[in-house]
Amino acid sequence: MKADPRGVLTGTHFIDGDHACCEGALAAGVRFAAGYPITPSTEVVERFASRVPTVGGVFIQMEDELAASIALQGAVWGGAKAFTVTSGPGFSLMMEHIGYAVMTETPCVFVNVQRGGPSTGLPTLPAQADMMQARWGSHGDYEIIALSPNSPQECFDLTVHAFNLSEQYRVPVMFMMDEVVGHMTEKVVIPPADQIDVVPRRHTKKSVEDYLPYATNGDGVPEMAHAGEGYKFHVTGLTHDEHGYPNMTPPTQDKLLRRLQSKILNAAEQIALNEEKDLEDADVVVVSYGITSRVAQRAIDMAHERGLKVGKFRMKTVWPFPDKRIREIATHVKAFVVPELNLGQMSREVERAVGGRAKTFGVPHAGGSVHRPQDILKVILEAAR
Amino acid sequence: MAAKGRVSIIVERCKACGFCVEFCPTKVLALSSAFNSKGYHPPHVVNGEKCSGCDLCGMYCPDFAIYGFKTKDGEAKKEAENEG
Amino acid sequence: MSVATINPVEPFLRSDRMPHIWCPGCGIGTTVNCFARAIVDSKIDLNTVSVVSGIGCTGRVAGYVKFDSFHTTHGRAIPFATGLKLANPKLNVVVYSGDGDLSAIGGNHLIHAARRNLDIKVVCVNNLIYAMTGGQTAPTTPEHALTSTSPYGAAEPSFNLPHLVEAAGAVYVARWTTFHVRQLTRSMQEMFAKKGFCFIEIISPCPTLYQRRNKMGDGLDTMKFYKEVSKVKNGAPTSELGLSMTGEITVGKFVDRDRPDYETMQRAQLVQTLGDRYVDPTETTCSCSDM
Repeated sequence: MKADPRGVLTGTHFIDGDHACCEGALAAGVRFAAGYPITPSTEVVERFASRVPTVGGVFIQMEDELAASIALQGAVWGGAKAFTVTSGPGFSLMMEHIGYAVMTETPCVFVNVQRGGPSTGLPTLPAQADMMQARWGSHGDYEIIALSPNSPQECFDLTVHAFNLSEQYRVPVMFMMDEVVGHMTEKVVIPPADQIDVVPRRHTKKSVEDYLPYATNGDGVPEMAHAGEGYKFHVTGLTHDEHGYPNMTPPTQDKLLRRLQSKILNAAEQIALNEEKDLEDADVVVVSYGITSRVAQRAIDMAHERGLKVGKFRMKTVWPFPDKRIREIATHVKAFVVPELNLGQMSREVERAVGGRAKTFGVPHAGGSVHRPQDILKVILEAAR
Repeated sequence: MAAKGRVSIIVERCKACGFCVEFCPTKVLALSSAFNSKGYHPPHVVNGEKCSGCDLCGMYCPDFAIYGFKTKDGEAKKEAENEG
Repeated sequence: MSVATINPVEPFLRSDRMPHIWCPGCGIGTTVNCFARAIVDSKIDLNTVSVVSGIGCTGRVAGYVKFDSFHTTHGRAIPFATGLKLANPKLNVVVYSGDGDLSAIGGNHLIHAARRNLDIKVVCVNNLIYAMTGGQTAPTTPEHALTSTSPYGAAEPSFNLPHLVEAAGAVYVARWTTFHVRQLTRSMQEMFAKKGFCFIEIISPCPTLYQRRNKMGDGLDTMKFYKEVSKVKNGAPTSELGLSMTGEITVGKFVDRDRPDYETMQRAQLVQTLGDRYVDPTETTCSCSDM
């Protein structure tokens, strides 16, 4: 399905990542947002509040992030595409409801414009320290999809993609921006609506009598219905059966959880979006994501100037982690270098996937600014030795 | 004199709370000495001819196990149905 | 020849899930009877009714009623209902939850929804305790009552919920007990006919925990107690509706007023500022599928 032109601000713009993210949501068909102000994410919903009354939709500033993170899910079940936007402290508050979206298979997007943490931390300065939280933040076993844009343009493109993934797999998608990408102003080209593909709600075509809310075919993703259509379905966060009724027994738990897990993991390769360059004869591969990937590019160029064979692996989808691809690359390189604006989060995943076939060097940073290219180059040189 | 109403009881849902017995305005019901499969004593009709079909029992029952309804005029006196 | 009838509540039950888990003498089922009858009498389109509940014994109502129903997270039924209603204004959204869920963890959402005058209907079953988790103190537990977390007697002032929601802005506030089935049904019907934030508190027995721990008998004893100590005082000032362990339970309809609901206010403001640039949200909110 193509994007609804009413929400597409076709043209060439000079806007920051936060604003581009909002336009991405509108282009994807989002007509409901519930938000709560938190630096550096607030501009996303400020723009949405300003745009949506002339596009057609609803913005409500809720009383806290707990309310925002569940109000958007009510809107989804009412028939809309919906999202919310936050940063670290709000992301922490939203964790229970991210779990609820996973368990009830509510398609939606949670945007986290990451800032320095923990706690109140550095409200106006960048970090990438919520990456593990995006994966494990809610209680219980589950799989999640997380994306990491590195430019305002990607804040538009990948937001559309995030909504498409959420509808395809009926899972909440974590859109992991950072303060620099959110607040940097760059050229953003928004194409005409008929050039933007959107995945529609996977609405059931079954009759009221035949519809089972959590029965699946094929790809493990159930079809959805909306309130008010006569299906009279039940949705619960309790472990449930195909009727959606609570069924709190070990066999039901096993069946449900494994399905929720496998619907994502079985599709991991389709979901994976990575940018690979110069890997064929690389000695060292720099694995990066978000704003750090732009500094890393500079460091890689500097390494090339020194005659080193350095490849680039940029993750646009960070979760599910590209285990298989990293393992493959590990068989023919000497080392991986993982710069990130945290004290070591995705570097652990790289190390795990590499499984000792090569060395892994992190380039940690507590946050508050971006790396200097020479900081990453230093580790590349060490890794190449 | 024909009863104006009757009750219908789903024995297996009853938890013998006693609301219907207590609040029936014409004292149609009493808890029986029979058991349902959960071990509760469900109510039974002891004064069927007094039933007016007001359905207060149905409104009170927390277990959706009983309801009253008005019968057609002139019907012969009948025992209440016990279903299930 | 008897008239073939079915229990008036049966069409609204997920009969395949009966019998339910509520204890003998628990009043929640009684409130559902009133709810079902009020829905019938209100002649609401059944497809538009959405029931949203939180966590707790009363929270299980969503799972037993045959409407589009949502069993959400603890305390957050109201914000879920907010999103549901605003995305799909033709829905009749009912929040059906307990006193702890709505006034403790959910307290913030309760007051903001009332302030906004969102067009949702809140049924609050108040059994004065956190029942599902084993009988802990709730904000509504009367002073001196014994609970598992106040083993020497609750020593906090308890919430006067009608007063709270009236102050926050509710346009319809009533309180009944599970003894007052006819009045409760009528109140629920009035609630369905009214636009704006409506709140009905229903004092209900928890024989297994509240009544048993406080040696107040079983469900039936409690119903007789309600009959004895309740006084109908329609229009009474909500400040006088506090509850104690054995004192008078004032019931009635206390607030029935009119003020613009949230959607009306939003539309008015946006139309005033944007004129004909304003696009009605109902034109596009439900357009996310290719149906």
